[in-house]
Amino acid sequence: MATLTHDAPPTSTAHEPGKRGLWSWITTTDHKRIGILYGLSSLFFFLVGGVEALFIRLQLAAPNGEVLSADAYNQMFTMHGTTMVFLVVMPAAGAFANYLLPLQLGARDVAFPRLNAFSFWVFFFGGVFLYASFFLGGGADGGWFGYAPLSTQIDEVVRMDYWALGLLVLGVASVASSINFVTTAFTMRAPGMTLMRMPVFSWMVVVISFLLLFSLPMVTVGLVQVFFDRNLGTLFYDAASGGEPILWQHLFWLFGHPEVYVLILPAMGIVSEVLPTFSRKPLFGRSFVIFSGIAIGFMGFGVWAHHMFTSGLGPVAEAAFALTTMFIAVPTGVKIFNWLGTMWGGSLRFTTAMLFSIGFIAMFVIGGLSGVTHSIVPADSQQHDSYYVVAHFHYVLFGGAIFGIFSGIYFWWPKLTGKLLDERIGKWHFWLMLLGFNLAFAPMHFLGLNGMPRRTYRYNEGLGLDLWNLVSTIGAFLIAVSMLVFLWNWWRTARKGTRASGDPWDGRTLEWSIASPTPEYNFARIPTVEAEDDFWHRKYGEDEEGNAVPIATAEEVSDDPEPPAGLHLPSPSYYPALTGAGIFVTLMGLVYLPWGLIPAAVGALVILWGLFGWSMEPIVKEHH
Amino acid sequence: MTEAVHHRPHPRPRDYWTIAAILAVITAAEVAVTYVDALSAAVAPLLIVMSITKFVLVVGWFMHLRYDSPAYRRLFLIGLVAAPLLLGAVLFTFGVLIGS
Amino acid sequence: MATEAVLVEEHPDVHHQRKIAMWTFLGSEVLLFGSLISTFLLFRNRTLGGPTAEDVFDIPFTSISSFVLLMSSLTMVLAHHSATRRDWRQMRVWLFATAFLGLTFLAGQVFEFTVFVEDGLTVTTSPFGSSFFLLTGFHGAHVAVGVMMLLSLAFMSMSGKLHPERGMNVELVGLYWHFVDIVWIAIFTIVYLLQV
Repeated sequence: MATLTHDAPPTSTAHEPGKRGLWSWITTTDHKRIGILYGLSSLFFFLVGGVEALFIRLQLAAPNGEVLSADAYNQMFTMHGTTMVFLVVMPAAGAFANYLLPLQLGARDVAFPRLNAFSFWVFFFGGVFLYASFFLGGGADGGWFGYAPLSTQIDEVVRMDYWALGLLVLGVASVASSINFVTTAFTMRAPGMTLMRMPVFSWMVVVISFLLLFSLPMVTVGLVQVFFDRNLGTLFYDAASGGEPILWQHLFWLFGHPEVYVLILPAMGIVSEVLPTFSRKPLFGRSFVIFSGIAIGFMGFGVWAHHMFTSGLGPVAEAAFALTTMFIAVPTGVKIFNWLGTMWGGSLRFTTAMLFSIGFIAMFVIGGLSGVTHSIVPADSQQHDSYYVVAHFHYVLFGGAIFGIFSGIYFWWPKLTGKLLDERIGKWHFWLMLLGFNLAFAPMHFLGLNGMPRRTYRYNEGLGLDLWNLVSTIGAFLIAVSMLVFLWNWWRTARKGTRASGDPWDGRTLEWSIASPTPEYNFARIPTVEAEDDFWHRKYGEDEEGNAVPIATAEEVSDDPEPPAGLHLPSPSYYPALTGAGIFVTLMGLVYLPWGLIPAAVGALVILWGLFGWSMEPIVKEHH
Repeated sequence: MTEAVHHRPHPRPRDYWTIAAILAVITAAEVAVTYVDALSAAVAPLLIVMSITKFVLVVGWFMHLRYDSPAYRRLFLIGLVAAPLLLGAVLFTFGVLIGS
Repeated sequence: MATEAVLVEEHPDVHHQRKIAMWTFLGSEVLLFGSLISTFLLFRNRTLGGPTAEDVFDIPFTSISSFVLLMSSLTMVLAHHSATRRDWRQMRVWLFATAFLGLTFLAGQVFEFTVFVEDGLTVTTSPFGSSFFLLTGFHGAHVAVGVMMLLSLAFMSMSGKLHPERGMNVELVGLYWHFVDIVWIAIFTIVYLLQV
């Protein structure tokens, strides 16, 4: 179906006084703007993390590389991992979740708009705080998983204090968002939208919210214990004094494993929206896709110790976790087959969004398979701490999550901006990225099986590692080129891109029933929902053979173009940003104990000021 | 779509005072149990039962969970069930049995 | 001036939303305290030659503290009950009573910790010491935050700024307060009574 082009109306945002400019963004409580802020931050950190990766690959391109010292290398891989997990993929999920959840549910905003803003600002300041370390003594250098006692013992240098406090505060942002999304999904669905009629992407947002809520507490305790061991002389992870370094591993991975499902489920949700749209078929086995997402979330809590197979758990624990890890492949497999079933017999359109979703499936299957090999304890004993693991998680996190995110970017770009990203350039982006990605990471399977260890800044000649490392580095740079292509696409589209209608893809869910870009108020009239993929069913009926028969055009069944009268939207507030800034100051103070107690106290006062102001802001429901 | 809050008869202040008295009595009993040598073998299970009773009284009546929407109960239960399962497994790997 | 947004005909049940939020948060907090308690259970016997639980714990004293905190739950629920009957004056009385009992509990904790330190048990003495103080410290911090919220409610009510629709309302603070109490029920049994 050709994309409709006409002059989309300018955003209502631009026409309202006080709605432009930096201050309007700092004080925004609009979920769409907050989503955009998350998205821009995520993209920025993706470039930063990518540069860190390029440095790593330059160092490893040849034996005995001299690009980075061992110390610099430790900072590079620690910050690369920390950045990609906490400052890229999670905020990208946050971007999509924030922007789309209310739209897919037929709501005007999330349940707690100011809390939503607070989550963003805490994340933002958390990222700034983490990166401040580079300018103040060095970036964190203990690995993104901060194993004790390495993370606790070197307390003359504050790098891992930045790491521990940074992660603590990012956790606060996630908990706040999770509470918000759960409440929103449970209380703000449009009339007629039962839980099972909720779009799959929205379901995944709910599942990851629960994952975060019930996994973050464990790592919070662990991180506090790390911080106290470093700064107060506590003995949690001091083996010589009866402490238990392995306790850290448990507490970290009790969070860390559910976390990886947090990283992948939103992308799976995106794919579950994109594939049906460009196959012109409903998602095959839709309820199974939803239930398997819930199952993955639930089972994700039962596998954490598979990260610890070489730590001496004992045969009972090892066998138990091996089994649970094998089992968790089942719901994932269910999803894969359902996605394939969606495409089978469909009328496929290979848009860039579709290509990235298909790429997701292929790359994620590869990564999932290497993951299943990890579940076999003796095999994992060789694979652990080798590049085989690096291959596995990049296939699922890059080939999976990142590809899914790009699929979503191309898919929802028109809804966000009113313009369509160029498809030709998009395809260059996709193919270059696919090629570069596979060149970068496929060789790592071989490198790992041949014994190349992780987190080691150089390797000797004559070990058989040279060729694949070089290929991997070339692949990494090709990825960088593909990112330049994407950035060019973005810039070019902003300058002279094709305008998009409200429903450029002949979409299925409610967000396509409103104008592009999204009006500030989302829906003129909150829709009443009668089916899953409700918007599609307004446009299409079915004949006897189950083929779609058009019964109305998109314009006819879309939302009213006129904004409703008497509408008041969540007012802006600076208290969330202020509280976030207070948290930043407090954290900086805590890094530099004991004299840092003074700035920490100042920061705490700012936090109190922010919280009191926030709770005292008059809440008045205005009626006309 | 909002859920209606169930408006069953709320406890009255008198009920709250009664529950508070029960809580005080149980607390006294808990302390007493630790001093009675004859019961020393059964101390752990007795204390656990008594604590759980206090817990249920506060959560069910003071926090109103008995009278409120089932959604709240389920949300809280997820944490209550997950905690002993997950953390119990961790302690098991360290050879620590809870409560002994 | 901030307004909460809705069309005239749309009124999400704000109170229900806030209770969902609070119960979700409390479910998460169960795991937080569970992790702290588990750390304690792991380290309870690792005293490194320093004081043990039997050496330093004063069960009668701690029992009184526990009783005080339990009674604060009573005053809390009475405060909420007064609020539902719009008896603001009585509500404030009970709020101040709850805050007072909470502060008494905290004072008891501070005193208890001071004695322990004098007896040679600090955060750095042993893993037992580290985990005991971390657990009770976290709990104490939660109590302190609760006291601040209680006093804020009382003062906001006094200056006429306490609207039933306001975010930080009595029922929500009550849920938080009771939760902090039940965590102490668990701590008192697991940490104190079962260790001696």
